Amino acid sequence: MKEITIISGKGGTGKTSIAASIAVLADKHVITDCDVDAANLHLLLDPTLETKNNFWGMPRVEVDAAKCTACGLCEELCNYGAIKSGKVDELLCEGCLVCYHACPEGAVRMVENLAGHWFTCSTKFGPFVHARLGIAQDNSGKLVAEVRKQARMLAEREGKELIITDGPPGIGCPVIASLGGTDLALVVVEPSLSSMHDLSRVLDLTKHFGVKTAVCINKWDINPENTRQVEEMCREVNVPVMGRVSYDPAVIAAAMKGKPVIQMVSTVVDDIIALWHCMQEELGI
Amino acid sequence: MIISVASGKGGTGKTTIATSIALALASDNHGLTFIDCDVEEPNGHIFLNPKLEDAKEIYIDVPRIDNDICTYCGKCADLCAFNALLCTGDSVITFPEFCHGCGGCRYFCPEKAITSVPKRIGKIEKGLAEDILFARGCLEVGAALSPPLVDEAKALAGRGITVLDAPPGTSCPVIHTVRGTDFCLLVTEPTPFGLNDLDLAVQMVRTLGVPCGVLINRAHNGIELIEKYCRKEQLPILMSIPLSKKIAEAYSRGVPLVRVDKQWENKFRQLYRHIEELVANERNNYN
Repeated sequence: MKEITIISGKGGTGKTSIAASIAVLADKHVITDCDVDAANLHLLLDPTLETKNNFWGMPRVEVDAAKCTACGLCEELCNYGAIKSGKVDELLCEGCLVCYHACPEGAVRMVENLAGHWFTCSTKFGPFVHARLGIAQDNSGKLVAEVRKQARMLAEREGKELIITDGPPGIGCPVIASLGGTDLALVVVEPSLSSMHDLSRVLDLTKHFGVKTAVCINKWDINPENTRQVEEMCREVNVPVMGRVSYDPAVIAAAMKGKPVIQMVSTVVDDIIALWHCMQEELGI
Repeated sequence: MIISVASGKGGTGKTTIATSIALALASDNHGLTFIDCDVEEPNGHIFLNPKLEDAKEIYIDVPRIDNDICTYCGKCADLCAFNALLCTGDSVITFPEFCHGCGGCRYFCPEKAITSVPKRIGKIEKGLAEDILFARGCLEVGAALSPPLVDEAKALAGRGITVLDAPPGTSCPVIHTVRGTDFCLLVTEPTPFGLNDLDLAVQMVRTLGVPCGVLINRAHNGIELIEKYCRKEQLPILMSIPLSKKIAEAYSRGVPLVRVDKQWENKFRQLYRHIEELVANERNNYN
């Protein structure tokens, strides 16, 4: 089984539009959305919900006022400043449980933390796994790992050969969690100075984790000069550029209609098909 | 006054807006501070061109095991909520990249075999961009721990006006940025993607109890989508910027919006006055 993960340093470069289009072109695959913070792929795939499942995050802690002797040890030991006079600030708590283990009175208790949900769905384009992290919850990396685990189990059960993952933006913990063990990271970049700056950081990241990487330049004709520079940057670090996708208002029009842009009559269709062929070749599928 | 600029979705134009507010206000407000809290992908410097003069490395404490004292009892590995330690019976392996620096392993080790070593997670850089005091956090590539860096960057907020450019999303790094600010400006675009993520961001900001308003970027057909949502949620729409190839092209070259056309400078000043009013009203409601 192979897995492609589509990522981008900067958000809004077109990851989801490209992921949805590839999901239409591929066959025998499972689709996942690992942008658990702000998932969008479901908006293009018209999914039918099959299962909704709880995601339990790091347990939270609570101080039992009846047992607490106000010795202050928990406050002193908490490296995140999350406990002030016997009250736990949930937004600062990292769930390390040091207070729980240290309290001499046993006054700190663990409470289960429903941090979000993950879903399995069916779509016209194949099975789909996505998730939603609760508001103001952390642990996005752990939820990403859960989504990927579920997708792999589903793929094995149904005899699928490929997993297409729409990844999160950035270079932090959810992205790191999206990359482990993937066969190809496709980095979507647009020819703006911001996106180029982020590209170099994301390429450092995939190199750091030893992930095979390719680049796709979206909206390349907005700034052909910068596009050439991106290609130069990639050549220098030996990362292949697998496609140029042109700027096309059809992408927004498709999003407004809630369907993958590949199903529109548009100039970008050929660009995306060519990109997909290159990716297939690279993966040997 | 600390204003955070957030968006839920990436690529909506947060950095364009945040830098433009800073530039528009800087001429009347000496010592305006701009802090780039998008530590994973800081981009504010591309538009503000600061002269970075000062860098402070940020570390967290990760465990080091003294093998001469360690009895491989495994207590540290059992206690670690982040799986940053593994005890195999004749050695303890540490995974510093998973460590959140809670210090639990050190505190609970019955043999006192664990000391701490600093691990660099990134740096905070400071400098001047004309009149603007500029700072940014920059996460070490491969480090998975943004919040401490965001907190360090935020601590540099000045006494006058501070503009914080938040990371995208709605989880830890954004929460650490928006929390405790006087106002959060939510940048969105009029597409189903934009609406979906705006809704998540609004819920996040409300959880934090920070007053907020909406700015619609790349406004074109479909703006009703956002307007309808804002009416329902009783959110003020403070400004709207049209979809324009001229603006997109200037952006791709790193030219701030207020430098594309002078009219934007006045509009951003107006935006700030509006925000000031909303914040004042909010305070009156509390008192």
